Amino acid sequence: MLEIRFHGRGGQGTVNAAQLLAKAVVAAGGYAQFIPAFGVERKGSPVFGYFRMDSGTIWPKTQVYEPDGVVILDDSLIRAVPVFEGLREGGFVVLNTALDVRELALPPQAGVCTLLDATDIARELIGAEIPNTVMLGALARTMPGVDADILAGLIRGKYGEKNERAFRAGFGSAQVLRLKEG
Amino acid sequence: MPFRMFDGNGAAVEAIRMARPGVIAAYPITPQSSIAEKLSDCVANGQIDAEYIRVESEHSAMSVCVGACLTGVRVATATSSVGLALMHEVCGVTSGCRLPVVMPVVNRSLVAPWSLWCDHQDTMAERDTGWLQFYCGTVQEVLDLTLCAYRISEHQDVLTPSMVCLDGFFLSHSMQKVSAPTDEEAWDFVGPYVRRNMYIDPTDVMFVNDLCPTSEYTEMRYQQKVGFERAADVAREVFDEYGRRFGRRPCTVEKYLLDDADIALVTMGSMSGTAKFAVNELRRQGVKAGLLRICMFRPFPAGEIREALKNVPVVGVVDRSAGLGAAQPPAATEVSAALRGAGCRVFSFVGGLAGRDISDGAFKGLYSELLDVFEGQAQSVNTWFDLKGDPMALREVDIIC
Repeated sequence: MLEIRFHGRGGQGTVNAAQLLAKAVVAAGGYAQFIPAFGVERKGSPVFGYFRMDSGTIWPKTQVYEPDGVVILDDSLIRAVPVFEGLREGGFVVLNTALDVRELALPPQAGVCTLLDATDIARELIGAEIPNTVMLGALARTMPGVDADILAGLIRGKYGEKNERAFRAGFGSAQVLRLKEG
Repeated sequence: MPFRMFDGNGAAVEAIRMARPGVIAAYPITPQSSIAEKLSDCVANGQIDAEYIRVESEHSAMSVCVGACLTGVRVATATSSVGLALMHEVCGVTSGCRLPVVMPVVNRSLVAPWSLWCDHQDTMAERDTGWLQFYCGTVQEVLDLTLCAYRISEHQDVLTPSMVCLDGFFLSHSMQKVSAPTDEEAWDFVGPYVRRNMYIDPTDVMFVNDLCPTSEYTEMRYQQKVGFERAADVAREVFDEYGRRFGRRPCTVEKYLLDDADIALVTMGSMSGTAKFAVNELRRQGVKAGLLRICMFRPFPAGEIREALKNVPVVGVVDRSAGLGAAQPPAATEVSAALRGAGCRVFSFVGGLAGRDISDGAFKGLYSELLDVFEGQAQSVNTWFDLKGDPMALREVDIIC
């Protein structure tokens, strides 16, 4: 089972992005589950999402405490929320940021780090600062077991062609850094 | 059957759409809101041929449903938490008039303190209102049990409304893989609504919910009791038929690794999948742990529960309700009564309130407490689990959300 925790802010499309990812996994024949957690439906509030995928039925219906990867749609959350808590040894971090990896305090157990300025790409390609589809591109590039073409098709179906281009730009421009040997 | 992706609220709307209601009245409330919104969309875009009556409260929503149902159409509504509490009075009218309304209830905590998140205190407060209650374990079950609920509630020997309960966020907003019948298959199973018992018809005038003398009230209630007794059998028949048609048989109770169990937990709702995951891990370590999930809480399947648990020496019941002032909280009280004289030791656990996650680690802790009792190292358990810090020190809300 692969577990991912999403961190975003209200209005960034975090929940929709994770739901599209779950749909893409199921469309490819796998099993996936996504449980969001938010309170007041207010722009800017921290939003949490718990994603699981597996080759068979997924029993747990809880939060994810020890994620194989975390996806962070807003780098200001690093100071506001324990975004790296419980990250497994060698786990991945996909982060929307304009900062360089040397400027970030990544946790010691992180094995892979994917950085991109998704907000900037979204502004250019979609005309709105909604980074979710760009981040899905970076995530599809980073995590195993996702068919990028299926996901691109689902994005086109839900949001249209601009967002599909944004997804492909995220996929193409993400810097995937291996922080550890092996 | 092709797989589709729904969250719990989406699955509830899909089942309602397939049952072709003629009148819909729903008032939005977190985390039910997307049911009210999607039903409205379905009416606007022609997917449901119904009149959507906008109301100012849940009390009015159920009142509209009562009136509309009496004219002889299937109706739809849904609610949650304080919305259900506001509806309470009219819920009694619905069941007392024997109107077979099927209502998804998205489980959410009651106030105060204010909360938006999942526990079972809202529907447990309605457990004696004369409604059938089903608690879903998965999004798949939201679809399956809602479709079955129409058949059970509307059966001529039952005529009792149903609450199909789904955990707020853990199911309502959880996107999962769901197998769904086609519209034709679903309609062939559910069938058209047939008015029975009480109705409003100018050619056949009758009194509805007028003042009932003492000399007749008890008999009216007795009829409801008989309806509940029949509901237990009808539910099993409907589940069998659903299983034959669609390959998945919903259950009144789900037994998991109980035959040789030394210790077992009783759960309801979405926590049950996590409990099963914990049981699997404990079994790998050689601990004979088992699980019983109660899916149908009203009518309470006491006989089946007794049969399933009578040989398990130590049983713990997890309530997602506080059960303030009671000998035990609701599920534990009923399970204890079902097991009276069976020789099991029954303990109560309270947790998962207001969305507090019941993790697999929490379940392992509960099983560990039961194991201590089984091995004679403890006489009892700590009923309230996952309490944080000094609970008596809190007064006003400390963490702004």
